[in-house]
Amino acid sequence: MKKPEGFKLVDGKGKRIDGRGLDETRPIRMEVGLLSRADGSAKVGFGNTVAVAAVFGPRALFPRHLQEVEECIIRTRYNMAPFSTESRKSPGTDRRSIEISKVLRHAIEATVFLEEFPRATIDVYMEIISSDGSTRCTALNAASLALALAGVPMRDLIASCTGGKIDGKLAIDLNGKEDNYGEADVAFAMLPTKREIVLLQMDGELTKEEFMTLLTKMADKCNKIRDMQVKTIKEYYKKIGGELE
Amino acid sequence: MSEKKIVVPGEYLGLKGDRKTGSNVYSEEDKVYSKKVGLLRESENSIDVVPLSGIYIPRKGDKIIGIIKEIQPSGWVVDINSPYQAFLPLAEGVNEFVDVFRTDLSKYYDIGDVVYLKILNIMKKKIIQLSIKDAGLRKLEDGILIKVTPTKIPRIIGRGGSMISMIKQKTKTNVIVGKNGIIWIKGRNTDKVLKAIELIEVKSHLSGLTEKISEFLDSYSQQKEGRGEKNEEA
Repeated sequence: MKKPEGFKLVDGKGKRIDGRGLDETRPIRMEVGLLSRADGSAKVGFGNTVAVAAVFGPRALFPRHLQEVEECIIRTRYNMAPFSTESRKSPGTDRRSIEISKVLRHAIEATVFLEEFPRATIDVYMEIISSDGSTRCTALNAASLALALAGVPMRDLIASCTGGKIDGKLAIDLNGKEDNYGEADVAFAMLPTKREIVLLQMDGELTKEEFMTLLTKMADKCNKIRDMQVKTIKEYYKKIGGELE
Repeated sequence: MSEKKIVVPGEYLGLKGDRKTGSNVYSEEDKVYSKKVGLLRESENSIDVVPLSGIYIPRKGDKIIGIIKEIQPSGWVVDINSPYQAFLPLAEGVNEFVDVFRTDLSKYYDIGDVVYLKILNIMKKKIIQLSIKDAGLRKLEDGILIKVTPTKIPRIIGRGGSMISMIKQKTKTNVIVGKNGIIWIKGRNTDKVLKAIELIEVKSHLSGLTEKISEFLDSYSQQKEGRGEKNEEA
């Protein structure tokens, strides 16, 4: 998308259009266990981007020809609500959401112990109810929390954030305007304690050095995001008690 | 047991050494990590996590309540509220000789029948073999079924069965709790049992739960009796 004349994403003091620094994320909110019908659910907000995730299963998979004999399959659905964007988005599955569902599925498959549930399925639904950039990363953070809540065995939580280049400077957690008018944007997700990358997509151009610097910055942020996820889960269980007195 | 600590997936729990690891943890090299959100249970010779949520994972010897889903030539396929397939073979389901060519197996268990079973064996690829040959196991006639979160079942049973036997005694109602999260209730005071189980689910974290439920059941019956008297007067 062409940037309007004279529109600045970063001002002289290194502040971005929403007033934060280059290495700062927007305010992050996390909430878990909000949907009673799902086995696990979570809502994550990065500034104006809000995603809700619901996890069902592991449950039996039908029709039977879809079953895998050795492991369970994961079905993901990433969807943007018609009211999530500035101008109405036509509802339903489109080319973009199919692609995002697929890359998010691969990220989830990398952390779940699939071999524990032969012939079963785990269904992960991610709905974007408000969209302002970094939607796939927000959805993945929510999905990771929802999976943990559903008691799905995982190697690690997934932490995810975006990065990119705006007005020639590297920045973390791009919002909608920065995503549209910036020079490059990278979607990134990792298993923080394993230091494994499970999602990496880029649009635009970066030099090798810029790319490597950005990768370290995003990895640092993901460690912080994991800490928040852990805190959210532990506080939720302390509140409802479990077996803790 | 050491203190109870909440752990999350991927959390480092300690070195494995010669210790046994449970099914809710995994080890890489000599380090043990959690697979699930749960409470850490660690001792000198074992390390595991007690999950706080999740579906029912079958274990050998568990007594469960299943619903007959399919009749096959050599037995029954049973829905046990778990992603795995469970099978009740003819030899484990019936105590007499059956000529499979001449007998309609629905005579013993028909589709939709509720059966109290135990898990005999878990075979490769997680195919589960069931059996009805043990004390108390049988087909459950009439009554109602409810589903609860499988991880809350231990609280409903109570230490050494204290909670469930107290409920049964006070309500004079027949209750069977399946480890898979399905509960069967039959008797006059079904509503009372339902209320009690609902209360256990909500307040499962409180200590002295058995006494609280006991008090609740006493007061509930008094309330009902009180109302009953009024009605008689009117």
